[in-house]
Amino acid sequence: MTPLETLPPWLMLIVAVLLVLGSTLTLLGAFGLLHLKSFYDRIHAPTLGTSWGAAAILLASMLSWSWVQDRAVVHELVIGICVMATTPVTLMFLGRAALHRDRSLGDGRVPATPPRPDSAPSETAD
Amino acid sequence: MTTLLWLALIWAQIALALAACLAVVRMVIGPNAQDRVLALDAIYVTTMLLFIVTALQLGTPFLFEAALVIAVGGFVSTVALAKFLLRGEVIE
Repeated sequence: MTPLETLPPWLMLIVAVLLVLGSTLTLLGAFGLLHLKSFYDRIHAPTLGTSWGAAAILLASMLSWSWVQDRAVVHELVIGICVMATTPVTLMFLGRAALHRDRSLGDGRVPATPPRPDSAPSETAD
Repeated sequence: MTTLLWLALIWAQIALALAACLAVVRMVIGPNAQDRVLALDAIYVTTMLLFIVTALQLGTPFLFEAALVIAVGGFVSTVALAKFLLRGEVIE
């Protein structure tokens, strides 16, 4: 007997739908991470889990805890903001690192370093 | 309706655990280091969501702090590893 069973049926339905939506999107993102061919395709796949996967599960958690504790429980917003604000930063950084590594390995499939408009072609500054 | 909620919780747990397993497979077979870092980031997010779903199922609020720590740790470790791949050292 958990506190979840005190939820009214309409809220149970909303929470169940949000849980299934979020976890299925995360599973699809992980499947794409395994299935896609190149790294630059794969870097997009886990963002399914970090955008709507995390959002739906955190929303379900917020709704049910707010009902159970009879007050507005919003600490999941901290995790939500943390995940959604930091994922683009980390993935852009990782993509830049991968591009740098592929260029230094001489992989022909990535675009070459564009020339600087103000100076002679040089190594990337960043 | 309670049964539906329990089925949704169990499905969420199974799907998240399966997602973590798929990311682990990518981490093992990943051809480059950047694939492994990406898979580690996916594992962090999936485990954080699994903690939240488990807290919901068990009815305890104590797993929330663990989920918060995992979310922040995932960000820091991915940035540190990407910095390492880019420059060869983390702090310069």
